[in-house]
Amino acid sequence: MKANCWVAPNRVAVEEVPDPTVLNPRDAVVKVTSAAICGSDLHLLDGFIPAMKRGDVLGHEFMGEVVELGSGARDGLRVGDRVVVGFPIACGDCASCQRGLYSVCENSNPNAAIAETAMGHTPAGIFGYSHLMGGYAGGQAEYVRVPYADVGALKVGDDLPDEQVLFLSDVLPTGYMAAEMGDVKPGDVVAVWGAGPVGQFAAVSAFLLGAEQVVVIDRFPYRLRIARDRAGADTINYEETDVLDTLREMTAGRGPDVCIDAVGMEGHHPSAALHAYDRAKQAVKAETDRPHALREAILACRNGGTVSAIGAYGGFIDKFPIGSFMNRSLTLRSGQAHVQRYMRPLLERIRKGEIDPSFIITHTMGLDDAPHGYDIFKNKQDDCLKVVLKP
Amino acid sequence: MGVRSVTDNLGIQRATRDQGSEGLARMLGWFSLGLGVSALAAGSRLARAAGVDDSRTARTVLRVTGVREIGHAAVLLVPRRAGLGPWTRVAGDVLDLAATGRAYRNRCGDRRRRTGLTLAVLGGITALDLYASVRAARNRRIRPGGFAHGSVTVNRTPEEAYRFWHDFENLPRFMYHLQSVTTTGPRRSRWSAKAPAGRTVEWEAEIVDERPNEMIRWRSVDGSRVPNSGTVRFTRAAGGNGTEVRVELEYAVPGRRVGTLVAKAFGENPQQQICDDLRRFKQVIETGELTRSDGTPDGTSIQNQAKQRPARPLATHRTA
Ligand SMILES: NC(=O)c1ccc[n+]([C@@H]2O[C@H](COP(=O)([O-])OP(=O)(O)OC[C@H]3O[C@@H](n4cnc5c(N)ncnc54)[C@H](O)[C@@H]3O)[C@@H](O)[C@H]2O)c1
Ligand SMILES: [Zn+2]
Ligand SMILES: [Zn+2]
Repeated sequence: MKANCWVAPNRVAVEEVPDPTVLNPRDAVVKVTSAAICGSDLHLLDGFIPAMKRGDVLGHEFMGEVVELGSGARDGLRVGDRVVVGFPIACGDCASCQRGLYSVCENSNPNAAIAETAMGHTPAGIFGYSHLMGGYAGGQAEYVRVPYADVGALKVGDDLPDEQVLFLSDVLPTGYMAAEMGDVKPGDVVAVWGAGPVGQFAAVSAFLLGAEQVVVIDRFPYRLRIARDRAGADTINYEETDVLDTLREMTAGRGPDVCIDAVGMEGHHPSAALHAYDRAKQAVKAETDRPHALREAILACRNGGTVSAIGAYGGFIDKFPIGSFMNRSLTLRSGQAHVQRYMRPLLERIRKGEIDPSFIITHTMGLDDAPHGYDIFKNKQDDCLKVVLKP
Repeated sequence: MGVRSVTDNLGIQRATRDQGSEGLARMLGWFSLGLGVSALAAGSRLARAAGVDDSRTARTVLRVTGVREIGHAAVLLVPRRAGLGPWTRVAGDVLDLAATGRAYRNRCGDRRRRTGLTLAVLGGITALDLYASVRAARNRRIRPGGFAHGSVTVNRTPEEAYRFWHDFENLPRFMYHLQSVTTTGPRRSRWSAKAPAGRTVEWEAEIVDERPNEMIRWRSVDGSRVPNSGTVRFTRAAGGNGTEVRVELEYAVPGRRVGTLVAKAFGENPQQQICDDLRRFKQVIETGELTRSDGTPDGTSIQNQAKQRPARPLATHRTA
């Protein structure tokens, strides 16, 4: 089959690889009908996630049709079912899964020891997301093996097109969890750093949870326009105005109740000097992540407010404003999305027409064009917000 | 040094090291050294004390005995020979008793009294040597050195975890070094482990102690070529959040022939292996299967992590 593979930093290639098959009783093999490229894939592309190997199949946002099932499939999954698969691989049986913390499943990372060395304890395995996260082949391919399919694959029926349900695999639950972790309450003012797909869905979800005002911050006008037009948010272009000043002004000095970092480890800073400072430290591995948005989110947040860090970080950061965080009674919450916890309720909201997640799609192309898709998504060319690949 | 069981602060019997027998062997070693040196350096005074100063032969015998005692001392005090040491002393004691017995029969008066006293002292020493030898032999069933332990929390009740483990035939599902375990009796089982070149190492094990839902202790039976023992304990985790499983393994130290067999049976790094085993135990008892990815198709193993395959499907598992 064909699959999009990681070759080296800044290089992916569509290669011929063996077809996957069932390895374990609870596995399914899914024929992929749609697969998306995620901001998290850019961290792999840029070489900021360790433990990638040449030839790793990428992709953790995908859906398709079950074509093969292991002997031990639970929960009535059948060959022929149309399914969306959540990106964290979760067993459903460990204590973490049973508490709904699927992205920290205790059993799904066979390489737990490497992750423990790096992080103290291991998170769950993730499709196509480095050997640190298990060494699982991803779904930017014609077929993909889905472990614990009875937990990870949600049957979606045939009433909704791929474009409506595909993002249940990651960015929609992720954006929703960002708002939920921020403890958004009716009447809140919510600021969101990053107008990528995650930031867009965080803004949409903040409104669903009752926010009165949502402010989205980015520097790409086309992304900010989508946030205004489709998510109903106000926007700040951080290259044009000072973010902290503007937020203070917008809230008459209080600061937003909830601040969401939907940028993560590859933050950009409008001051060339400051950006260069963190970029240089990152290059010599003195810090692994560039936390511009996180620092700003903490400084901006109102006293006693909550900072929700949904953007991905991999290692260590510098100049964490711990003084501001501590003295002002802030709360910081974070996590890879516990996707399986949100898939069903969000599917219901899509069915009822409360959300139409398809608005983020700007490009649809064949699997063969994946390298081009990565290129325009990374470099924000051609007004690219989300690429969907059709294997 | 060997293994003994004590009751720990949880009230659970567990394996511990026996330093006592080694200490005794050492003490006897120093005693032999003292005796040997004085037999050589002050032979005539020693002969007088033993009541045999009247015989030239006896003095020669004493000098030979002195040399022999120094030999015992070497055997007892050089640690790697400590296991054999006491028996060489017992053999020497028997010779001494025989020689002194003959001397006793041929003597009379004060000499006879002194020789009698020597006989009594020798008898006591022989008893002590015999005791040390038997104790060391008992402890030698498990050789010094190898000890590995690990722990894991599983989302199962102590009853479930105990039941799963108590069926030793389940062990090879998560202990990769084992090929099979066959139950041969209510407390007995036959274990077989993979060795290089497709060979296997086998041994018999017996459950030596068990407390339902709390603890199982097993060891290889006497005469096993792969002496080993293990304890697994199950305790309810704080707040009732599952069960804490703690395993201790004791096995012969690699290096000697027995050691080589053990290395084959338990892998090169038993400490690492037990950590892998427990991770896989958790996977199997919680999810019913071993976690496998394309990069790690054989499942969790610290050793294999260094030699990851790329995260792409295996060529050998092609679907039709
Ligand atoms: N926690 C999770 O489960 C989870 C899931 C999916 C994605 N993510 C992470 O969320 C983040 C966003 O994902 P995405 O798909 O939307 O990526 P994306 O690259 O499309 O979006 C990131 C946006 O942040 C903007 N940005 C950069 N620096 C900024 C700054 N200083 N201030 C404001 N905006 C800034 C960029 O211009 C870009 O538009 C990534 O880090 C991704 O790894 C996390
Ligand atoms: Zn993603
Ligand atoms: Zn789990």
